[in-house]
Amino acid sequence: MASAQTRLSQAAARKRKWHINRDLLLAIVVLTPSIIAVAVFIYSFIGWTFWISTVNWNDALPDYTFVGLKNWLTIFKGTRFQTDLRNLVMYATGFMTQCIVIGFLLAALLDQRIRGEAIFRTIYIFPFAVSAIVTGVAWRWLMRPDTGLNLLLEQVGLGFLKSRWFSDPTWGMLFITIASSWQFTGYIMALYLAGLRGIPGEIKEAAQMDGCNTWNLYRHVIIPMVAPVTFTAIVLTGMGAIRLFDIVAAMSGSGQAFSTDTLAFHMFEQTFTANRFSISAVLGAFMIILSAFLVIPYLRSVRREIY
Amino acid sequence: MRTPSFSFQVLWTRLAIYLVLIAFALYFLMPIYVMVITGLKPYTDVSVDRMWQLPRGLYLDSFAEAWGRVAPNFGNSVVITVPSAIISSFIGSLNGYIFSKWRFRGSNTIFLLFLVGMFLPYQGVLIPLVQTLQAFGLYGKLTGLIFIHCIFGIPITALMFRSYYQGIPDELTDAAKIDGCGFFGIYQYILLPIAAPAFAVVLLWQFTTIWNDFIIGIIVLSNPNLAPINVAVQNLAGSFTTEWNIQMAGAFIAALPTIVVYLLLGKLFMRGLLAGSLKG
Amino acid sequence: MAMNRKLTRRQSLKLLWMGTAGATLAACAVPPAQAPAPTQPAAATSQPAEPAAAGGKLEIFSWWTSGGEVEALNALYDLYKKKYPGVEIVNAALAGGAGQGGNMKAVLKTRMLGGDPPDSFQVHLGQELIADHVVANRMEALDDLYKSEGWNEVFPKGIIDLASYQGHPYSVPVNIHRSNVLWYNTKHMQDVGVSKPPETWDEWFEYAEQLKAKGIPALAVAENEPGFSAHVFENVLVATLGPEKYLGLFNGSTKWDDEGVKQSAEILNKAMDYAEPDYTSVAWGDINDVISGGKASTMIMGDWTHGLLKAKGFTDYHWAPAPGTKGIFVALSDSFGLPKGAKDRDNVINWLKLCGSREGQDAFNPLKGSISARNDPDLSKYDDYLKEAIQDWKSNTIVGSIQHGAAAKQSFVNDYDNAINYLVTKRDVDGTMTKLLEAADLAEFKM
Repeated sequence: MASAQTRLSQAAARKRKWHINRDLLLAIVVLTPSIIAVAVFIYSFIGWTFWISTVNWNDALPDYTFVGLKNWLTIFKGTRFQTDLRNLVMYATGFMTQCIVIGFLLAALLDQRIRGEAIFRTIYIFPFAVSAIVTGVAWRWLMRPDTGLNLLLEQVGLGFLKSRWFSDPTWGMLFITIASSWQFTGYIMALYLAGLRGIPGEIKEAAQMDGCNTWNLYRHVIIPMVAPVTFTAIVLTGMGAIRLFDIVAAMSGSGQAFSTDTLAFHMFEQTFTANRFSISAVLGAFMIILSAFLVIPYLRSVRREIY
Repeated sequence: MRTPSFSFQVLWTRLAIYLVLIAFALYFLMPIYVMVITGLKPYTDVSVDRMWQLPRGLYLDSFAEAWGRVAPNFGNSVVITVPSAIISSFIGSLNGYIFSKWRFRGSNTIFLLFLVGMFLPYQGVLIPLVQTLQAFGLYGKLTGLIFIHCIFGIPITALMFRSYYQGIPDELTDAAKIDGCGFFGIYQYILLPIAAPAFAVVLLWQFTTIWNDFIIGIIVLSNPNLAPINVAVQNLAGSFTTEWNIQMAGAFIAALPTIVVYLLLGKLFMRGLLAGSLKG
Repeated sequence: MAMNRKLTRRQSLKLLWMGTAGATLAACAVPPAQAPAPTQPAAATSQPAEPAAAGGKLEIFSWWTSGGEVEALNALYDLYKKKYPGVEIVNAALAGGAGQGGNMKAVLKTRMLGGDPPDSFQVHLGQELIADHVVANRMEALDDLYKSEGWNEVFPKGIIDLASYQGHPYSVPVNIHRSNVLWYNTKHMQDVGVSKPPETWDEWFEYAEQLKAKGIPALAVAENEPGFSAHVFENVLVATLGPEKYLGLFNGSTKWDDEGVKQSAEILNKAMDYAEPDYTSVAWGDINDVISGGKASTMIMGDWTHGLLKAKGFTDYHWAPAPGTKGIFVALSDSFGLPKGAKDRDNVINWLKLCGSREGQDAFNPLKGSISARNDPDLSKYDDYLKEAIQDWKSNTIVGSIQHGAAAKQSFVNDYDNAINYLVTKRDVDGTMTKLLEAADLAEFKM
């Protein structure tokens, strides 16, 4: 009797288990199209790009003759690519610094029980809702040498700060970062604000009890505590720097003497203006390699949370 | 150890904080201000000397002209963005559900591999993408662009939904499993009813991202009649090099939907920002 | 002007001009334009016979979006509508800022690539047409049309060669523009007390010094993005190298590190000392304001300038061949062709017939400020400048423009533009030479 019951419940359990297994299978089936899409459109395409970078398709007609690293050498030896790298460093430095420093500053100030915090926050973040193209078009107007910011500077007696902005053949890229961090700083600020709000009040109080002044409180307590946010901010802005295309396309193209050229823009021109597909594949592949420097630390950091 | 009593030092500090905050607020509003006032000026009034001054009257002709130019593209963007956002959110909700509640061996690894997709510079897949779309006859078609947006939306939507569902106790879904509730049953009766906020956040995020897209649009849909709005605005800037009133009006029109959505649904947008910030 | 900025941007046709030069010369030496009037009407009359069939749409893709170029295009459209009233013309003109992601040629390429070609599109005759579209097997050959319209007799042979690949013509030229024209302010010239325009670069520099003494910049340049100075530079190259060596640059017989190329770079670099001070922020589209406002005194630019200056009501100017290029005609030509897979093929064929007809060319060109590509223009329709140009076209040595699609593939033109932009913004001759050499290496010019 008892054993019959056991057997019965065992059967029921088996049935349930079978259900779960069947459902698990169903889950996998439902997931499969996405897996295939990602495998094809991301991973195989990346491989495909690397492969094209090793063939001789540098004209309108495809030519899949293997040429090894010839295209890579052409690109690496090219002065334009070298300028692109210089521009990338310049842009990344300027963009990250502005976004992170200003973003943190604004978050820290907003965290001081500010009246009208919601209004400030709304204003700071809204540029992120605006597209990079719109941002670029507006800033191109603002940075016209004969008007815009220059006019404003002159009117407030800061005429000596007048600049050629992004048409400067050497420093053009730094001025592009002004436009792009206008758009992106609010986002970083929002991340910091969330991070700051997550710090328990007791910690701040405890530090202040210990005679910590505001500066030291931030330096030794708060900034280290929001380090994960800073890490995220670096990854996000770094990605932005590697991909940089839209704003530059809207503002200046490759700029004076390539001063605002980017890998992405160079690649776009090699593909659609010059029809040098293999050479542009080198640039695409190179951008992927660069992103790996951000992806890998990022994956390490998320891994812990996921498993 | 400071006394909490009133002091001038505190007052000055507060004042300085407000000044800084206001200064930045003005800075962030400046380009929009310039965009709107320039768009409201007639061409003859768009003088470099008076850039910062308000228009002499309410003059909507530039907006009318710009609208005449970009209206079809605005329509295209609606046609592209709305289905893409809905479809990719739906896919994301299923994937996030599986990644959080139906783990199997390797599912976490697959999830990680999905996440890598968020880092993908589109230039890295541009050529194969064009070749593939061409092979399937989707190149230069609105459907092709919708398809691509759905695919490239897979990683981020999976991430957002997964973190949302993660917050729903496993006991709840486990109990349902024991009760014989199947895969779709749990999704439909347990998760969907409480997933509205997640859907709103993801939809909003996808809407903004896709609406603001330029690079995929210019690659896949550059035909001026079919191009999305941001491609059209870029072309407008190339065609009206000196008519800044029209450029600005066009840019503002392009920005309007996302700005309005942001102002109406700011809270959700904020959550999207945080959810979209890569953390698993 | 915006026109030329588009126009100019990134083009190329190859060296076929070498052939062209000789051929045209020969053709032109013998008075060619005699038999024209008869063949013309014949072609024209054959058309109206088949009007009723036409319906549907015709999408014409061009970069003509400003000033006289729009009027000229509209003149063609009007003629077309008169003949085929049932056809709706879709004018897909799209200016594209140089260097910007959205420029017309990039858009065109993506559309061609995606099998979504416009019905017909503007393309420079030569390598821009051949290398980028014909070799890729995206165009239909037009032998039948050339035969039925009698074009083999009315277009100069050199022009037909430029439109042809392996003996088959692929597009219909609508005009000829000249690149090497010096436009100068006559009032300034009087003020300085000089009686005739400079004929060589030495004379130009002398004149530029005299202007400088009066505080007038001598050279108008619009280099807010690459392109304009590259146009100037091709005319310096022609002057320094002479037509034959210039043409050799594109078949490998003249090396790009030739002393003459470097000299040209030095000349342009020196000339930039006399440019208007804010040239790096002036857009090509605005350059004629610089000239008409007297803010700079001379400009080396294509002959569309004439119409644009006239349109501004400016009259104190005249023209001469660019310094050192007397007797040479640096030419470019716009054309239309028939892409494979065009949705409205019959309408396109009618369009091409119109483009190649005497009537069409003589309606289009006087407004465009260019001359007819045919040897039988109705001279009465052309103004004084254009009459001169027609004469020169017949008597000069002809070479193709680099900047405007006459000498090399577009990929080269792009790199070339950027190299010259580097010169005028960085003022670094050696760096520029490096970039020019890189560009030439990539282009692999061969005999």
